[in-house]
Amino acid sequence: MFPLRYGTFAAVMPQPSETLEQVFREEYGRIIATLIRLSGSFDLAEEALQEAFTSAVANWERDGTPGNPGAWLTTVAHRKLLDAVRREKTRSDKQPELEYETERLQPYVELALFEEAVEYPDDRLQLIFTCCHPSLSREAQVALTLRTLGGLTTAEIARAFLLPESTLAQRLVRAKNKIRIARIPYEVPPLKVLQERLASVQSVIYLIFNESYSATAGNSLTRKDLSAEAIRLGRVLCRLMPNEPENSGLLALMLLHDSRRDARVNDRGELVILEEQDRSRWDREEIAEGLRLVEQALRLRRVGPLQLQAAIAAVHAEAQAPDETDWRQIVALYEELMRISPSPIVALNQAAAVAMSEGFEQGLVLIEKAGASGKLENYYLFHAARADLLRRLNRLPEAAMAYSRAAALTTNQVEQQYVRRRLSEVTKPNGHLPDMSS
Amino acid sequence: MKYMLLIYDEEQAWSKLSENERQQIYKEYGQLSGELKAAGQFVTGSQLHPTSAATSVRVRDGKGIVTDGPFAETREQLGGYFLIEAKDLDEATAIAARIPSARMGTIEVRPLVEAATPATA
Repeated sequence: MFPLRYGTFAAVMPQPSETLEQVFREEYGRIIATLIRLSGSFDLAEEALQEAFTSAVANWERDGTPGNPGAWLTTVAHRKLLDAVRREKTRSDKQPELEYETERLQPYVELALFEEAVEYPDDRLQLIFTCCHPSLSREAQVALTLRTLGGLTTAEIARAFLLPESTLAQRLVRAKNKIRIARIPYEVPPLKVLQERLASVQSVIYLIFNESYSATAGNSLTRKDLSAEAIRLGRVLCRLMPNEPENSGLLALMLLHDSRRDARVNDRGELVILEEQDRSRWDREEIAEGLRLVEQALRLRRVGPLQLQAAIAAVHAEAQAPDETDWRQIVALYEELMRISPSPIVALNQAAAVAMSEGFEQGLVLIEKAGASGKLENYYLFHAARADLLRRLNRLPEAAMAYSRAAALTTNQVEQQYVRRRLSEVTKPNGHLPDMSS
Repeated sequence: MKYMLLIYDEEQAWSKLSENERQQIYKEYGQLSGELKAAGQFVTGSQLHPTSAATSVRVRDGKGIVTDGPFAETREQLGGYFLIEAKDLDEATAIAARIPSARMGTIEVRPLVEAATPATA
């Protein structure tokens, strides 16, 4: 069983039927978005949807799955929400001193208008922008996005990020309170700030994907469910805003990286670098979709950092063998990336590409240059990349030093194993093994 | 919904400005206040005297302690405030960004706790 299950669902149904779990995954974000719009309350919306799923378990078992399960759930959840709002209203009318309870209702939600709602437009875009609002911390944005749009439980998110559940629960409560108290709007931002806000949404989704792709701690390198969730969110974003090429770029980037998932780790659970991967294990379907998306995005002629990174991943994906890789094109793409969004990490990657296209010496010069600022000093991949070039240049003692520095900097066991294996290769059989604990 | 916009900037930087530059900033502040008033979003607002004129008061064990200066030593000091009316946080932060001191210092946007209205409807 996957570590990340849809526990809200599992909690109400001991033997999950395929349909309901599927419906849950597909519909959760859409329904919750509507319920939040109607009630102005994340908490009431969550409770109502939870109740609707509980009803579904009982009813569908008895009467069979309805023709349109999503619509069934929305209607039932809407009714539950109405009941809850009425209950809260009555309670607060009777006991006005119960401030906490009344606070859960947004004062500006007109009950009359809300009872008339018969159509349910897709409100997920508003929800994404609210969850990823810049006045929330990045951690809160990630947690809230997974909780509301993904329908993951607090326990599941906590497990995925290796945090105590109480920490995550508190993070979510704080975020929801801030949305309510500071009145973070529930809307698609105006054009003036749209690009900036959209970039924030894309970062959150990419962060979720990256967390799954290279877990920062623990021994499982790939957390399949988290990446599936990030890709699903990426698809939702593409569907909601199809004319934003960076959305396609993001989805393509995730798909192209995900396509290598199985090849990235060998049977012994060890990390396999791109150059040594068995390319027959790459997921052809994901590659085809990724390539299509990159082309589509680039055709809109509004290039951005995500599209460029996806294009780089696409060049790798197109190479049948490592020595067929078009490194010149990759270098050119990194140059463009450095121009529009420079960072020490981009400089490092560019240097690694130059090493492959123009020679290890030239690559090493650029790596040292990228590291000169000191900003990469605690970045494991900087030392690992530097060590790889030193190894290829046969400067073994220096390579050993750099590998041991890299080993000390990564907490991921799979990455550690890789670095240590390299380290033992560059250390002479009877030689002194550098101290790796420092 | 009411938001307090707390204007933090470096007093030292302010004191280093020329008289001309200061007048220019005052003019901008005046314009902003005028615009907010016209839009019905201005509740109140003022510049504060520098922290050299500040006094801190604490009561501990029933005894009042009066000391010189602000509570905390920070790089930026509270130099003024606007109390505004805005429909949501985005509107409030957009107004905050129009405050001249936002270009040098920081504007902290804080929603006011609004007294619960008795349910007598």
